Amino acid sequence: MTPLQSTNIVNKKRIGLLLFGVAMLFILDLALGSVKIELLELIKILFGQEVENQAWQNIVLKIRLPRSITAVLAGGALALGGLQMQTLFRNPLAGPSILGITSGASLGVAAVMLASGSAATAFAIKNLGIGGSWLIVLASTLGAFLVLLVILAISYKISDNVVMLIVGIMVANITIAVVSIWQYFSNPEQIQEYILWTFGSLGGVTNDQLAILVLVVGIGTVATFALSKSLNVLLLGEKYAQSMGLNVRRSRLMIIFTTSLLAGAITGFCGPIGFVGIAVPHLTRSLLNTSDHKILVPTNLLMGAGLLLLCDIISQVPGSSSVLPVNAITAMIGSPIVIWVIVKRRNLKSSF
Amino acid sequence: MSKELLHIENASIGYGQKVVLDALNLSLKSDELTVLLGPNGSGKSTLIRSISGVQKLLGGRVCLKDIDLTDYQTKKLAQEISLVLTDNLAPGNLSVFALVALGRFPYTSWLGSLSQADEEVIQWAIQSAGVEEFANRQLGELSDGEKQKVMIARALAQEADLMILDEPTAHLDSPNRIEIFHLLKTLTKHNDKAILISTHDIETALRYADRLWLVVEDRVVTGIPEDLVLQGELEEAFKAENVSFDYQKGTFYRSIATQNKGVNLSGNPVLVHWLGHALERNGFHVTQSAALKICAEGTKEAPLMRIDGVDNSYETIEKLLLELTNEES
Repeated sequence: MTPLQSTNIVNKKRIGLLLFGVAMLFILDLALGSVKIELLELIKILFGQEVENQAWQNIVLKIRLPRSITAVLAGGALALGGLQMQTLFRNPLAGPSILGITSGASLGVAAVMLASGSAATAFAIKNLGIGGSWLIVLASTLGAFLVLLVILAISYKISDNVVMLIVGIMVANITIAVVSIWQYFSNPEQIQEYILWTFGSLGGVTNDQLAILVLVVGIGTVATFALSKSLNVLLLGEKYAQSMGLNVRRSRLMIIFTTSLLAGAITGFCGPIGFVGIAVPHLTRSLLNTSDHKILVPTNLLMGAGLLLLCDIISQVPGSSSVLPVNAITAMIGSPIVIWVIVKRRNLKSSF
Repeated sequence: MSKELLHIENASIGYGQKVVLDALNLSLKSDELTVLLGPNGSGKSTLIRSISGVQKLLGGRVCLKDIDLTDYQTKKLAQEISLVLTDNLAPGNLSVFALVALGRFPYTSWLGSLSQADEEVIQWAIQSAGVEEFANRQLGELSDGEKQKVMIARALAQEADLMILDEPTAHLDSPNRIEIFHLLKTLTKHNDKAILISTHDIETALRYADRLWLVVEDRVVTGIPEDLVLQGELEEAFKAENVSFDYQKGTFYRSIATQNKGVNLSGNPVLVHWLGHALERNGFHVTQSAALKICAEGTKEAPLMRIDGVDNSYETIEKLLLELTNEES
């Protein structure tokens, strides 16, 4: 009766494999780092048992666990944002940063860090430290939200998705220009702080911030899953979608809002992590050879989480005490993977 | 029994200040294949968009099942009208089944999961559109004609009483075009559906339409295709300088006779037809009264053509033409 059965089984296997892979990477991410922790001990710590080495317990529970969870959330959220943007705009180059959400967040952060001459902000930043600062999170979320409001206001007037995409890119450019002018008139020390933020960091999220991040990403994920039916008809283009009974304008608003929520929150807490959002959807579509969002939503979540976990492991350079900026690693590790998959499968173009 | 499904009352359509067509009074009946025929840029698409509720009317009203189109909710309207467009944007890595299943959008819950009844409708749509042989394939593996049939299957799965197709065959070759029209014709007869299809392809329209909506300059005339041809409306609709309508053959042509060279043809009708075809392209015109007489005997596989007064026979039209042009010079 259901002709899709055979592909369903294949895909179920792949999804199972993916889930297993993410779990393995999660454990590895916890185990590896500047201090090597034995697997058995690690599992004991995770299950709340006492271990001899108190320091290990602290490292795992207070530093590595929040960090790994952040990697999972950030990877998943950015991948979902990218998937939605690529489907909405029917464009393989779209990503969560395309509508200026990331640059809006950057503007917020720049406003805090570069507000030159203001003793209060300089003091606040010195006290709170890069990345972990509530002020920065607040500023970047506010920045992302403001840009989002502008985009939503314009989107209400425009009924064409491609025009919308161009407007989004333009708004992003204006935001970047503002930041650039701001940097030009700032002190070198202030610029340095800002640039450090742009490198991205998964380690800056504290335990109580993590609760908020879990909540926001959770809401975003549920919303994306609820939107998957609409995303599926949008695959045929707006005209067909409307003729099949989709309220295109409302769906677009919800898609943009969900993406902003996901990408805005992650950028606020972790800095502008590039690449994951644009690459993971291609990777998933290519590997599973499907455009069905009911499959793509959960798999993108997993794939994004897995990729960022892998990048995090590498960025910590196991066995050494140095840490590389995660933003550089995502592109350096991710790009060859994506190129390899796309060249091997040769089915990217058929998705659009 | 055919009943009126949609009627248009005194409608005017266009964009903003620009009226494309006005004072439209038209209706669509179930179990009829209505073809909206008109030259490129005559406002066919605007009319289609206005009827399908995508575009607002400038005046008048469109009623579907006696309810004004503007009173329908998007989802309800999708259960009454399904649409097939020229361009096929569907992604290649979607299976035919999954695409047809999208047609159930206005019926399924917010999660879009298919019930047993939905699955049955999808199977029926796949069978009715004749796409069951590639139901398991991915869209990327199909030809343009097959893809368009799948889009029609998707429209069928929408279970709407009215199906509107906007130039669905514009990118297709002749056999595929005929295939699509034939399919639509079958669907109107067996499923009591009203189908409106717009095209600028005169030949197929004349052959398959139960009724024509013919855009003639700024009005739309309706009727049985043959009546409109005889009334001269078709010629009027597509008239262009130097192009005229051949009422015998039912096609438009532009005379390329350079000098007045008449030729009288007789013999096997198939051969006479194609010989006349070739001769007309070379500046001759076929007439009974001509002095130059050509007799075409034999079968279409083995023709044997003679020119009156010439002691030779020709087995291909090319050789005959060569002889005629040699004679001229």
